[in-house]
Amino acid sequence: MYEHLETAENRDSLKRVVVDPVSRVEGHGKVTLLLDENNKIQQARLHIVEFRGFERFIQGRPYWELPVLVQRLCGICPVSHHLAAAKAIDQLVGVDPDNLPVSADKLRRLLHFGQVMQSHALHFFHLSSPDLLFGFESEINKRSIIAVLGEYPDIGVQGVKLRKYGQEVIRMVSGKRIHGTGAIAGGMNKALSKAERDYLLEDIDQMITWSKNSVALIKKVHCANLPYYDEFATIRTNYLGLTKPDGALELYHGGIRAKNAEGETLMDHVDYCKYNDYIHEEVRSWTYMKFPYLLSLGQENGWYRVGPLARVNNCDFINTPLAEAVRVEFKAHSNEAMVHSTLAFHWARLIETLHCAESIKELLHDPDIMGGELVAQGEKRYEGIGVIEAPRGTLFHHYQVDENDIVTKANLIVSTTSNNMAMNESVRQVAAEYLSGRELTEPLLNNLEVAIRAYDPCLSCATHAVGKMPLQLELLDADGKLIDKLVKHNNGQIERL
Amino acid sequence: MIKPVLVFGYGNLSRGDDALGPLVLEYIEEHAKHVLPSVDILCDFQLQIEHALDLENRELVLFVDASVACESAFDFAELTPVRDKSYTTHAMSPAAVLAVYQDIKKQVPPPCFLLSIKGEKFELGEGLSVNAGQHLAEACQFVGELLSTLDSRKWRQNCVSV
Repeated sequence: MYEHLETAENRDSLKRVVVDPVSRVEGHGKVTLLLDENNKIQQARLHIVEFRGFERFIQGRPYWELPVLVQRLCGICPVSHHLAAAKAIDQLVGVDPDNLPVSADKLRRLLHFGQVMQSHALHFFHLSSPDLLFGFESEINKRSIIAVLGEYPDIGVQGVKLRKYGQEVIRMVSGKRIHGTGAIAGGMNKALSKAERDYLLEDIDQMITWSKNSVALIKKVHCANLPYYDEFATIRTNYLGLTKPDGALELYHGGIRAKNAEGETLMDHVDYCKYNDYIHEEVRSWTYMKFPYLLSLGQENGWYRVGPLARVNNCDFINTPLAEAVRVEFKAHSNEAMVHSTLAFHWARLIETLHCAESIKELLHDPDIMGGELVAQGEKRYEGIGVIEAPRGTLFHHYQVDENDIVTKANLIVSTTSNNMAMNESVRQVAAEYLSGRELTEPLLNNLEVAIRAYDPCLSCATHAVGKMPLQLELLDADGKLIDKLVKHNNGQIERL
Repeated sequence: MIKPVLVFGYGNLSRGDDALGPLVLEYIEEHAKHVLPSVDILCDFQLQIEHALDLENRELVLFVDASVACESAFDFAELTPVRDKSYTTHAMSPAAVLAVYQDIKKQVPPPCFLLSIKGEKFELGEGLSVNAGQHLAEACQFVGELLSTLDSRKWRQNCVSV
């Protein structure tokens, strides 16, 4: 691993190169490199530079506002936050997942499949396909979906329409493409009408075909560039995610499974309500994003990856036929038990997109989505935990309320946060293996962004924490010379340096 | 489910006068219900590439947005496709959305118009400013009259600053 590049000695004597902002990701982050006189990289870090505070400001709000409030964490995956919060507040009204009405469960799944599909399509086609189709060091004016539409119009249009279709699924179920409503405590607020169902059915076969084509495309791109694609930014890690009881890929509800780099099971079918017994988070002074890790393995070895690569690696099979067939091909391309290639995130992401399209079709033919009981009720509880597989990985929402139904405590572990250490390791791998010792140019630096982009990070989602965040205040004179510096440490202590 | 006319208001209801576009949609839904069988209402925060697909199979499109550049209460203009740099940002211009439509469909977009309503304050958590409220009232009256004739030739006759 490359952790030795996290903090350099003699930092004041090193040259500093900054990639700011990291582009074509959600949110704001930057990469800093420290180089010696021979351009050898001594330190590489991904910093998250925005600061929000969601966990704090939802305290004091009534619990039923949560599914709507937390959607504001994100403009790309609001449905994931909406559903994770809904699953948590189901428990606050005494409804466990098994007791959710069948129609409500299926409508939520339909909503979620639409969400994952649109988010994955956005990431692959809009944000990453320029790197993959034109090359990591291509001209800047080629690094956009507009350039893809120009040179690969069929691929570009299919990508835009796949995303649009996912957004339409969301709109039909929740009323709006972004920040709609749908899930409420104990169920859903409406079923799909026949007209809405028929509207979505019109194009679903086309979406399945295009999703299948997109998997073939990424397989072709990946395999045409072996072993480079298998080695670039690649790290060998643990993987964590939800699976169904039978080991199948699961995006909405399941037990926690974690495997190590050799594919050995570290935990399986763990009730996510007990996540606190298995996962802890660490804070570091140079970033607003925390570092989660498996308690059993400790901070140093317990970090893990989540998201499409983790899910497709961890599951035993996928319960839709086309996606299962391409999953088998995906696993077979590697000669290891787990596929560790960071760029294989793209491949896994498109396998999941195909799974979503197939699952949407299945649900659209299910009469339960058009009626039946939508809301269940139970006995009030004071604590609720909702976990879901968001597009970027496992998402935890944990709330406590008082006797007046007011939120007193909130803890969110967001998918991107779980990938924090991995993204930093991938950045350091690229810095060490591909950049170190070379004269750095802008196209070369895009390699760092390609590595980060593979994880599809949502940096806005991941910077919600407040209270333990280290802060640093520097006062510079007119010449840029540092004349004063205050540091607030993780424990709240303030020190003048 | 596609209706021949689309009115697309965009902006953020939580950012002061940026709510002007969505508020025009609310006006239509409350005071011009009779047009809804042939008029689709679409609201979003910002314009993105996918919105080019919302122009498919339309005969007439009206974008409604807040603007600080208006000289009077509102401006009304016909749009033409323009490949500007806004596609690299979170918020595309309506003209750039038309350009994407042209790229994707390989055809001229339907007649599209932009109603810009003068806004002044766009702070997070703020309500509509007093002046913007007056501009909204004038713009809504204009929209009501506009929607009484769903004919691009008639709309073009209104394409002057009011």
